[in-house]
Amino acid sequence: MERQFYEEWEGFKPGRWSSTSINLRDFIQKNFTPYDGDESFLAGPTEATNKLWEQVMELSKQEREAGGVLDMDTKIVSTITSHGPGYLNKDLEKIVGFQTDKPFKRSLQPFGGIRMAMNACEQNGYTVDPEVVKIFTDYRKTHNQGVFDAYTPEMKLARHAAIITGLPDAYGRGRIIGDYRRVALYGIDYLIEDKKEQLATSLVRMTSKNIRLREELAEQIRALGDLKKLGEIYGYDISRPAKNAKEAIQWLYFGYLAAVKEQNGAAMSLGRTSTFIDIYIQRDIERGILTEEEAQEYIDHFIMKLRLVKFARTPEYNALFSGDPTWVTESIGGVSIDGVPMVTKTSFRYLNTLNNLGPAPEPNLTVLWSTKLPTNFKRFCAKMSIKTSAIQYENDDLMRVTHGDDYAIACCVSSMRIGKEMQFFGARANLAKCLLYAINGGVDERLKIQVGPKYRPVTGDYLDYDDVMSKYDDMMEWLAGLYVNTLNVIHYMHDKYCYEKVQMALHDRDVKRYFATGIAGLSVVADSLSAIKYAKVKCIRDEDGIVTDYEVEGDFPKYGNNDDRVDKIAVNIVRSFMDKIRKHHTYRDGVPTMSILTITSNVVYGKKTGSTPDGRKIGVPLAPGANPMHGRDTHGAAASLSSVAKLPFRHAQDGISNTFSIIPDALGKDDQVFMGDLDIESIAKELNDGV
Amino acid sequence: MEGFIHSTESFGTVDGPGIRFVIFFQGCPMRCLYCHNPDTWRIGAGERRTAESLLEEYDSVKEFMRGGGITCTGGEPLLQLDFVTELFEKAYGRNIHTCLDTSGIVFTPDDTEKFERLCGVTDLVMLDIKHIDREKHKKLTGHYNDNILAFAKFLSDRGVPIWIRHVVVPGITDRDEFLFRLGEFLAELKTLKALDVLPYHTMGKVKYEQLGIEYPLGDTPPLEKCEAVRARDVIMRGLKSELLKRKNKG
Repeated sequence: MERQFYEEWEGFKPGRWSSTSINLRDFIQKNFTPYDGDESFLAGPTEATNKLWEQVMELSKQEREAGGVLDMDTKIVSTITSHGPGYLNKDLEKIVGFQTDKPFKRSLQPFGGIRMAMNACEQNGYTVDPEVVKIFTDYRKTHNQGVFDAYTPEMKLARHAAIITGLPDAYGRGRIIGDYRRVALYGIDYLIEDKKEQLATSLVRMTSKNIRLREELAEQIRALGDLKKLGEIYGYDISRPAKNAKEAIQWLYFGYLAAVKEQNGAAMSLGRTSTFIDIYIQRDIERGILTEEEAQEYIDHFIMKLRLVKFARTPEYNALFSGDPTWVTESIGGVSIDGVPMVTKTSFRYLNTLNNLGPAPEPNLTVLWSTKLPTNFKRFCAKMSIKTSAIQYENDDLMRVTHGDDYAIACCVSSMRIGKEMQFFGARANLAKCLLYAINGGVDERLKIQVGPKYRPVTGDYLDYDDVMSKYDDMMEWLAGLYVNTLNVIHYMHDKYCYEKVQMALHDRDVKRYFATGIAGLSVVADSLSAIKYAKVKCIRDEDGIVTDYEVEGDFPKYGNNDDRVDKIAVNIVRSFMDKIRKHHTYRDGVPTMSILTITSNVVYGKKTGSTPDGRKIGVPLAPGANPMHGRDTHGAAASLSSVAKLPFRHAQDGISNTFSIIPDALGKDDQVFMGDLDIESIAKELNDGV
Repeated sequence: MEGFIHSTESFGTVDGPGIRFVIFFQGCPMRCLYCHNPDTWRIGAGERRTAESLLEEYDSVKEFMRGGGITCTGGEPLLQLDFVTELFEKAYGRNIHTCLDTSGIVFTPDDTEKFERLCGVTDLVMLDIKHIDREKHKKLTGHYNDNILAFAKFLSDRGVPIWIRHVVVPGITDRDEFLFRLGEFLAELKTLKALDVLPYHTMGKVKYEQLGIEYPLGDTPPLEKCEAVRARDVIMRGLKSELLKRKNKG
C-alpha cells in the first residue's frame, strides 16, 4: 500500500510508522520528549472544569439518592451509532461524547445475555421493552444462551458450587484493549484501507478458521465505518488523522467510547495513552498554539469522561466487585527497552487530575514502576499516593522483559502489547475449595452434594500432609481440566455472539491470544498446608461424615512473613496448578496464563467457602489476590511483600496482585515535628553572627 | 550467644534514617507511664535468637533497606549489652548502618569499658530523655535520670551521633519550664544531630487491655500536633539561650 505523509503529521519525525505500516511504538519512540523535572509546571482546574465537575457531583448525588441508578435505556439497544449526541454542557466541554444521549443514563447491552440485561433493569425499577426481549429471546441468540447450550452438567454444578467463579458467561468478557491511539494517529480511512488489505490477503482455503477470520475482518471494517459515523454524530470528521492535541484526545476517546457502547466487559481498559498524547501537546506548545492551562483542561475533561463510563449491572454483580467498577485502566510511565524512562509532562498531567477533580477510583491510573524512573516523578507519585490513595503500581522491570515497552494493563494486572496481543478473560478457580474437595472426596462442604469426582476422602481424625497433598494434586488435576474446558465454551460463544468488533479493528490481524485463567484463595491454601505440615489439624465431621471444620493444635509458619517453609508451599501450588492448566487444549490456541488476583471478589468467594485447615472459619473472606491472610503477616511490610515477591511471574504471567494499605505516618517522619538536620555548631555560629 | 527478642519489624520507617530492619528486645527496667510497648517489659521472656539468625533475617529483606540499616529497640536493648554489642560488631563488619534506640537507664558511669566497645560499632544512638527534671523523671519512669544524662554526655564525648527523642504528654511533660531546661541540656551535646518531639498518642492502650494491666494515664488525651510543634520551639529556645550564654561567658 502506498503511504503518504499526511499534513497532520507535520513536525513529527517520520519512520516505519509513517512509511510502512501501523506502528504506534515506532511513532512514540521517535517522537516523545522525556521529562525528568518536577510537578511545578502543572496547572490547576479552569473555571469550565470546575463548573462541569460541580455538575457531575450534583448528578452523582442525584444518582445515589435514586438508589444507584439515575436513568436507563430500556428500548434502544446500544451500538456504536445507536444514540444522538449527549452533553453535560456543550459550551464548556472540550472533549465530548457519552455512551447514550445523556450523561448518567446507562445503556442497554443484551448481546452478552438478555436475562442479565432484564435483571439489571428490573432490580433498578425499569423494564426492558417487550419487543427487545422478544427479539433477543426468539430471533437473536445471545452469548449467554450459547454458553448454556454447550455447558455440561458438571460445568453447571461447578459453577453453582462456586469452585469456579466469576465466569463471564452472561455479559461481556472485557479485558481487551483496543489500540485507541490508532484512531488519532492514522484516522479511520487509513485504518479501513489497512483492514481491507488484510482481508484481501487472507487465506481463501475455506477452513472454519479462515472463514471465521474473514468474517471477523469484515465485521471490523463495518465497525470502523460506524466509528467514523460516531464522530459525525458529534460533528467531527475523524476519517483523517488528528491535527492537534485536542483532536488527538477526542479521536482517541471516540475509539474508546465506541468500545464501551458496544461491550460491557467487567474491565474496559484504556491502554497507555499519556505519552502518546504528550507528543501532540508538546508539538502544539512548541508551535505556540496551546498553553499549559489548556493542555491540562483537555486532559481533565478527558479523564472526567472516563470517570463517567457506566454500565447496567445487577446487585449481585455489584456485591461481587464492591460497587460497579469499570476498570478503565490507564498505564503511565515505564521505561523503553533501550533504558529511557517514558515519563513525559503528560504523565504528570494525568496524575494531576486527582488534584483538579479530586481522587477517584476510575480511571484506574496505573504507574508502570521501574527503579529507573526519574526521581522527581517517583516523588510526585509518592506524594499523590499519600494524598489520594488512588494510584496502582505495577512492576515494569518485570513485565518489560515479556512485553517490551508498548504494553498496557487490562483490569488490574493483565499485561499485553497494545494492538498486538489480546486475552480471553478467565475468571478464577477457587483453590481453597479445591483443597476441601480433596479432603471430602469431591463432596461440596456447604451444599453437601457430590460436585467433584468421587475420589477417596480423608478418613483419619488428623490430617496427614503427604496424604492430603497427594489427594489435592489429583483434585487440582480434575479442576484444571474442567476449568479450561468451561472457558473454552465461554470464549467460543463470546466470539460467535458478542464479538468485540471495534476493539479488534484496532488490533493487528494476527494477534497473539492469551488464555487467561486465575486462582483464588492462595494464602489460605498455603497456610492450610503449612498447618497440616507443621502443626496438628484435627477434622470435625458432621453427621454425614463430611469434614466441615478443623481444629488446629499448635503454631505453624504463615505465608506473609518471608518464611520459606510456607512460602515454598505457595510457590509450588502456583507452579503445579499452572502446569496442570497447560496440559489442556485452549480455544484458538490461546497461550495459557494465570493471575493471582481478586481485589474485591475475595469477600464473596470466602462466603462460599467452608472452614479451612488453617483455622479460617466458614464464610470468612479469602485474602485478596496474593495477599497474606489478614493479620497473619506479623513481621512488617518488607517481609510481607517478600513472601508475595517469591511467586513466580512465569507461572502467573497474567499478574500477581497485592493490596497494600499503610497510614502515611507509618511511612516516615513528619517534618513539622522532626528536626533531622540539627547541627549545634552551625546554630552556635548563626547566633554568633546574629549578635 | 543468644538474645531475648520480642519481635522484628521488616519495614521500620520511624526508628532512624531510611527504611530499617527493627529488632525489639525483650525486657525493660523502666515503667514509663506512657509506654506503648508494655508487652516488652518482662525480662527473660521472648524468643531466643542468635546474632547470625537476626542478620540472616535482615539479609532476606535488605533490598528494601534504602538508606537504612538495623535498629535495636525494645524493651531496653542495653539490658542485653553483650548481645547487642555482638550483633552490632557483626553488622558493622558487613557495612550495615547500626542504630541503638535506648533510654540509657542501665548506663554505669563508673564502669564504661563495655559501653566504649559498643560505641565503636554504633553509627547512631536515639536517646529517649523522658523528663529533664530528676524528681519528675522518677515519678514518670520509676528511676532517676542521672545515668541517662550521663550517658548522653558520654556519647557526645565519644563522638557518637545522637538523636534525642522526647515524648510530650499533656499535663506531664508539656510545661515550658521543663522543655526549656531540656533545651539547655541539649546544648551541651556536641554530636546532637536531630530532635524528635513525639506527641503522646493512645495507641498503646489496647495492649494494656490485652495484658490485663491498668493503663496508668487513664483518659489523658493525645497531644495535638500543633502542641508538639510548639514544644519543639520551646526546646530550641532553651538550646539557643544556653549557647548564647556560653558564648557570652567565653
